[in-house]
Amino acid sequence: MTGDDMYRYLIKRILLIVPTLFGAATLVFFLMRLIPGDICVIRLGSGGTSFTEQALSECHAALGLDRPLWLQFIHFIWGFCRLDLGTSMWSGRPVAYEIATRFPVSLEIAVFATVIAVIIAIPLGTISALKQNSWTDLAVRTFAIAGIATPSFWIGIVSLLAVLNLTQYFFGQPWMPPINYVSVWQHPLRSMSIVILPAVTVGYRYSAVVMRMTRSAMLEVLREDYIRTARAKGLVNRIIVNRHGLKNAMLPVVTVIGIEFAFLIGGLVVTETVFNLNGIGRLLVQAIGNQDYTLTQGIVMLIVTIFVLTNLVVDVLYAWLDPRIRFA
Amino acid sequence: MPLLDVVDLHAEFRTGLGRVPAVNGVSFTVDRGETVAIVGESGSGKSASALSLLRLIPDPPGRITGGRILFDGRDLLQLSEAEMRQVRGGDIGMVFQEPMTSLNPVLTIGRQITETLEQHRGADRTGAERRAIELLSLVGIADPGRRLKQYPHQLSGGMRQRIMIAIAIACDPKLIIADEPTTALDVTIQAQILELMKDLTRRLGAALIIITHNLGVVARYANRVNVMYAGRIVESGPAAAVYRRPRHPYTMALLRSVPRIDRPRQSRLDPILGQPPDLTRVDDGCAFRPRCRFAIAACARRRPTLMAGREAGHLAACLRQDEIALGAEMAL
Ligand SMILES: Nc1ncnc2c1ncn2[C@@H]1O[C@H](COP(=O)(O)OP(=O)(O)OP(=O)(O)O)[C@@H](O)[C@H]1O
Ligand SMILES: [Mg+2]
Repeated sequence: MTGDDMYRYLIKRILLIVPTLFGAATLVFFLMRLIPGDICVIRLGSGGTSFTEQALSECHAALGLDRPLWLQFIHFIWGFCRLDLGTSMWSGRPVAYEIATRFPVSLEIAVFATVIAVIIAIPLGTISALKQNSWTDLAVRTFAIAGIATPSFWIGIVSLLAVLNLTQYFFGQPWMPPINYVSVWQHPLRSMSIVILPAVTVGYRYSAVVMRMTRSAMLEVLREDYIRTARAKGLVNRIIVNRHGLKNAMLPVVTVIGIEFAFLIGGLVVTETVFNLNGIGRLLVQAIGNQDYTLTQGIVMLIVTIFVLTNLVVDVLYAWLDPRIRFA
Repeated sequence: MPLLDVVDLHAEFRTGLGRVPAVNGVSFTVDRGETVAIVGESGSGKSASALSLLRLIPDPPGRITGGRILFDGRDLLQLSEAEMRQVRGGDIGMVFQEPMTSLNPVLTIGRQITETLEQHRGADRTGAERRAIELLSLVGIADPGRRLKQYPHQLSGGMRQRIMIAIAIACDPKLIIADEPTTALDVTIQAQILELMKDLTRRLGAALIIITHNLGVVARYANRVNVMYAGRIVESGPAAAVYRRPRHPYTMALLRSVPRIDRPRQSRLDPILGQPPDLTRVDDGCAFRPRCRFAIAACARRRPTLMAGREAGHLAACLRQDEIALGAEMAL
């Protein structure tokens, strides 16, 4: 591929990001305001105390909720353009700060889950396809179906119990992963011990999805004429599978990995709850429950941005894998 | 000793509808440097036979169930998988029908040629690339250095088929099997590709098995021809003899169904009537008899084997071949 082609392709893709982000921003802004409820009512009325009209309108004024809707919208968009997400209506702290404290643990889980899923799924999916309908294939497919059918909170609870019981049994002392998150960069081992169980829990389902995609893509590719050509050239199986098969089969697999990864960033609520981790998923649920517009908008925009960037990476990988896209 | 001696080859597909005996006792020979054509309707087992020669029948559902394939004195059916890999792409090159899908879309043309050389010749990267450029010139591709870096979708169908041919001849094979190499191409390109293959096989001294629907191709390029029907060879002989004096009613029908250059313009072409037989339920009689104008009661009782007629080396599997051939000559 010449640098020029790739460059043009990238520019095209990056330009497409702008309208996507704007659309998402508009949606989240208005959808949030469609949900009945009022953050000031929740704040003032918590604990069952009564409050005056006066206090309510003061609260609205303080949060800027008394201004016309379009003004609020422009304020939000303009802030987003300057990468300023404002302050949380609930805590009064900067949204960026709230996100920064809660995001790393979710990201780490998502990244580990992806690594686990890919390491397990691609070899198993490939073997499964190569030995279609054998016992190996059957075992792999059963493993995959179980992964998709079992709710991850259940796997989470069971694995947590298993760790408790096994450590009790072997060391005489039950061990639980620590709850307070520390970054991988500071304490790699401690950090890993926190995220490994949740990562395996979601990674299992994740790998099941990727495995099934790898298997079916590989089965399809193995029937292609160019595989027959490769065999007619007398190539060894390893080269036929790796060079001719996998590179073609990876196209749909990369898409699935991208979608699942982006989904994990905001979709870990249940897992975070089971493992009692303060991740971004739980923060989002709290923010919505509190009618905290600014925080919700900030988190949603973060998730959308990650989604869009993941898509960009997938597109670039696609172009790298498939010359027909690069030169289109 | 012929280069290739196929003896009573059987191959079948196991499908939901039953066993399909796609290759049902096929025997033929190919001498060194010779061009042998295999013709027949769609579904007559031409591709299945060709793929069986390299043991490339998709398994499952396909399987070679019997026979011998003597190539250069060795029975290919007895070779280990590793020995067979040396034959594939090394001693025998293959060209497929679909140039559009037979090349890997995500690998460069160069890589798809050099990997064969690396596999069989143990060539290093630069040596293989030099040879690849040579090969591209040999198959008539201009500016080979640039083409090597391109991908299949950047080339026309005719060019891709030239690439397939380059791959097939890369390791100086003794035999090239071409399964309908021109069917997917424009008529003008077809002639170019056929001329190229004829020229290359002569230069390399390689034998060629060419599978085709096109009897004109046979007359022009083949030394000998085998006509297949329902998984069997029903007529076999020198190309000119089969083309001018067919002895099997099926061959005659096949010839009447295409325009011919060696006859005055016919008033019309006769498509072969009826359907090709359902291979899952063939009986002991001649498989062509339901569609045959000359069928008699005896045709249902016994399947005729290939028998020599008046000309040496010209065989047909028909009970009435002598009288039919005579009748055809009288009619002319
Ligand atoms: N993969 C397969 N599975 C099941 N049956 C098959 C398979 N491939 C071929 N067959 C059957 O084997 C028979 C011979 O097929 P083959 O492809 O050899 O025909 P052919 O003479 O090459 O026809 P064509 O001119 O269309 O290429 C047909 O009846 C076909 O239906
Ligand atoms: Mg065919």
